[in-house]
Amino acid sequence: MTMLERAVGAAVARIEGRDKVTGAARYAYEYPVPDVVYAWPVQSTIARGRVRVIDGDAALSQPDVIAVLDSGNAPRLQPTDDAEMAVLQSGDVAYRGQIVAAVVAGTLEAAREAAAAVRVDYDEDAHDVMLRTDDPQIFAPETVNAGFPGVLDVGDVERALAAAPVAIDATYSTPAEHTSPMEPHATIAIWDGDALTVYNGDQGPWMTSMALAALFGLPGGAVSVIADHVGGGFGSKALPRPPTVLAALAARAVGRPVKVALTRQQMFSLVTYRTPTIQRVRLGAGRDGRLAAISHDSLQQSSTLVEFCEQTVTPTRIMYAAPNRRTTHRLAQLDVPTPGWMRAPGEMPGMFALESAMDELAYALRMDPIEVRVVNEPSADPESGLPFSSRNLVACLREGAARFGWAERDPTPGVRRDGRWLIGSGVAASTYPVYTMASTAVARAEPGGGFTVRVAAADIGTGARTALAQIAADELRVPLERVGIEVGRSGLGSAPFAGGSMGTSSWGWAVSKACRALVKELAERSGAIPSDGLETQADTTEDLQNRKQLSRHAFGAQFAEVRVDADSGQVRVDRLLGVFAAGRIVNARTARSQLLGGMIMGLSTALYENLEMDPQSGDFANHDLAGYHIASNSDVRRIEAHWIDEHDDELNPVGTKGIGEIGIVGTAAAIANAVHHATGSRQRHLPITLDRVRATLPR
Amino acid sequence: MRPFSYERATDSGAAATAVKDHPEAMFLAGGTNLVDLMKLGVARPATLVDITRLPYDRIEHRADGSVLIGALVRNSELSGDPGVRERFPALAEALLSGASGQLRAIATTGGNLLQRTRCPYFQDVTKPCNKRTPGTGCSAIGGLHRDLGVIGTSDACVATHPSDMAVAMAVLDAIVHVRLADGADRTVPLSEFYLLPGDTPHRETVLASGDLVTRVELPAPPAGAVMRYWKVRDRWSYAFAVVSVAAVVATTADGTLREVRLALGGVAPVPWRARQAEQVLTGRHPTPELLRAAAQAEFAAARPLPQNAFKIDLATDMITTTVRHLAGGRQA
Ligand SMILES: Cc1cc2nc3c(=O)[nH]c(=O)nc-3n(C[C@H](O)[C@H](O)[C@H](O)COP(=O)(O)OP(=O)(O)OC[C@H]3O[C@@H](n4cnc5c(N)ncnc54)[C@H](O)[C@@H]3O)c2cc1C
Repeated sequence: MTMLERAVGAAVARIEGRDKVTGAARYAYEYPVPDVVYAWPVQSTIARGRVRVIDGDAALSQPDVIAVLDSGNAPRLQPTDDAEMAVLQSGDVAYRGQIVAAVVAGTLEAAREAAAAVRVDYDEDAHDVMLRTDDPQIFAPETVNAGFPGVLDVGDVERALAAAPVAIDATYSTPAEHTSPMEPHATIAIWDGDALTVYNGDQGPWMTSMALAALFGLPGGAVSVIADHVGGGFGSKALPRPPTVLAALAARAVGRPVKVALTRQQMFSLVTYRTPTIQRVRLGAGRDGRLAAISHDSLQQSSTLVEFCEQTVTPTRIMYAAPNRRTTHRLAQLDVPTPGWMRAPGEMPGMFALESAMDELAYALRMDPIEVRVVNEPSADPESGLPFSSRNLVACLREGAARFGWAERDPTPGVRRDGRWLIGSGVAASTYPVYTMASTAVARAEPGGGFTVRVAAADIGTGARTALAQIAADELRVPLERVGIEVGRSGLGSAPFAGGSMGTSSWGWAVSKACRALVKELAERSGAIPSDGLETQADTTEDLQNRKQLSRHAFGAQFAEVRVDADSGQVRVDRLLGVFAAGRIVNARTARSQLLGGMIMGLSTALYENLEMDPQSGDFANHDLAGYHIASNSDVRRIEAHWIDEHDDELNPVGTKGIGEIGIVGTAAAIANAVHHATGSRQRHLPITLDRVRATLPR
Repeated sequence: MRPFSYERATDSGAAATAVKDHPEAMFLAGGTNLVDLMKLGVARPATLVDITRLPYDRIEHRADGSVLIGALVRNSELSGDPGVRERFPALAEALLSGASGQLRAIATTGGNLLQRTRCPYFQDVTKPCNKRTPGTGCSAIGGLHRDLGVIGTSDACVATHPSDMAVAMAVLDAIVHVRLADGADRTVPLSEFYLLPGDTPHRETVLASGDLVTRVELPAPPAGAVMRYWKVRDRWSYAFAVVSVAAVVATTADGTLREVRLALGGVAPVPWRARQAEQVLTGRHPTPELLRAAAQAEFAAARPLPQNAFKIDLATDMITTTVRHLAGGRQA
């Protein structure tokens, strides 16, 4: 046993990798289901109003069409807090693209064509779809996403700002962005009496099963959700979205299994996007760089259906020490689809603004941007006063600076040229909270000598399945090959979704606990395994409650080198380098992919992604991947992700902090800061398009 | 289900007959644009006539330095052709800057010329668009139009022609060979092939129903000329041009511009040949001031909209850089 190499930490290839590249891995839409029919949504063509009449006659007269559903004949659902899930429950239209009817037909093609023949007449009201600071209906929600207080005010920010020898006051904005995972949202719903089976592209099969059960008025166990393989989610598959509900509703209505798959275009209004933000950051510092005041205000949007307020300024609350701090959120509820969780909600847009402002402060102080951050390093969480379980921001900055060659950097902006190209580099900090939720898991010793571990985790392409098997192998003290792992099904027990970078910590804790219990039982039986195997179960609810009160966060530092074409304004990121402190890294290979993927998505946010609202139609106009630009391979040149060895015993038995989201945090600020260093001009609005750059270049 | 029939044409006469007088019939080449538009409901042909087996799949370099490019030559093949790369490098550059490797392997020369605009409103049947449904209005003028046209546009339509290849062909004085529906052959200079929108933006070319593009002819470039295609876009690959410039330049020993040809993409409803600018420049020294004046002359007739006025300035800078590079003797 002592010879056995630890599986945790190794660069293990994905267990299901071969199945994926050979096409053997099944995604939600691909399960063969006898007698299946197809539902196609009819989406509203107005942004606000009511459906007056739906005329489905022309659709119903087409071959193969089984039903036209609308709010008049669709099955009733239980009331829900998430009004996006109340599909076809009323004729009110809250945004353009909302589902107002659906056609069910024997083939996908028939359903799609008939949906185009459904005539919908509306009573249309004037709509308001543009986020603007002078909107009279703006308000300050008491709490924001994830339960954070909307406003926090400590000390006297105005006075401290007025008295500060050096101050920054700048407004930043980030656009609406779309999650756009590779696998479009897809569902198969099958009813058997009052039991519902749902194959779903899903980040949280168990939580979806609970939500659907509540929606259809069923007991928790009546809904079974299967999500063996999921082609990305980025937050958009964490909560059941309207297409999933539509499949279940339509299957109930017609008494046959129903498939729903969205087109890429439909996804843009029907599944999650990130709110646009308008943020003002004010910093006041002494000549030594120490912050006396931090003020960060963010305006964002939600729909009229759901009050979703992204927690944009929450990272500012824990980043830097300053005696006077004010952080506020404001919200406008517009006639738009409901925004939601997209990779690092809060941290991504919030840290773009804060870390850009920190760079502006460094220049105002004539201080190195890294040193400004170092002198403001807090000794405890500035907000709660709690000690950090571990905080290695400074170590990440130092390590990154050494690897990047920061010491040789001349801070003067706008002076490096390589032919037509202006060259610059920038740095920004990253942070992401350590979320952990209670989970259950089962470990089994099989009579044949193998082990099986079951947990209702979701592997959305991250490598979660493999990481959990590694954790199990080490706890069981057996080679990885002897561990069979089952995930992706709600029936495996209660478990949180893959979100908030908490999967490996939450599920891994339960897996580790179940395995330890099994090892103990096996030891008590001197290793004898009964003929039907030996099984232990774990539930981490109490363990979580018994954790010490501490502030738990991951940190990182991101460095970017850019070149800007002085003739065209095009920005090219020559190099990205990130160093992260995120606790124990379970799988060096998949972790690297997560961090690089996050950084690439951050680059994409910095330069390209922009979901554009068309004020006239109230629709996102560029609703396909030709119009909505995501970074392509050729946009990424040199890119490196590193991590420092961080041992933190106050997290969970595995010692993980989570790595799914931190990679996207700070990247955009590092790039924007590098563009400033290259051109001498600040870019405070994302994305940094060539026309925005050109507007600031000297003529 | 929306049924449509599919036929594979074995000769051009049969292909023309199958399409002529059947407004619901369309030629299918690579299908990379047409099939997408069918899925979106923008194109609703009752019959697809597959022309990919017709014998227009060759590149023929002629002794006089000209080249005849079959309408069914794939973009990838054309961009890789050694003769094209050597003597018409701007065409190869334009092709390689377009779409993706997979798309170029399927897309054809004829289909590329005849691809439709990427205006988001044209592609969305739930929104008004004069090009798609005449008389319904233009959603772009009062909506989002950053990516749309600044010159040659009209009050009815500000859409741009998206092709990179066609911009290079415009600067190379391409001649389009057409087999008319009645069987006669006709040649049309590319500069007369496309129509400006005026108040009939749905009419985009001189082709009538059943007219088949068979070849594109490129005359030999001027002796001693250098050329370039430069595409500026919103990401480094797989994006349509924000603005592109194709230029052919021949200089005399003292550095004056003996011949200069310019074409622009991303700014107009058609591949835009910048004749005004050419006139200003020909026979002169390409100083930055003169180049700026030339671009100004070209854009005197521009009709920029609030979100896309920057394109004029960008095109001016790109013209300046490109011509100066080429006049400096470098194949930039
Ligand atoms: C995601 C994406 C990105 C792209 N990016 C770019 C880009 O950056 N730059 C660029 O230039 N292009 C780009 N394209 C467009 C691409 O170049 C065109 O789709 C392609 O060239 C069309 O050729 P095809 O043979 O597939 O045409 P088809 O789709 O088969 O046909 C297009 C049209 O031409 C007609 N037609 C075809 N051949 C003939 C003929 N011989 N005679 C008469 N009529 C004919 C058809 O009836 C149809 O109306 C992109 C396309 C996609 C999907």
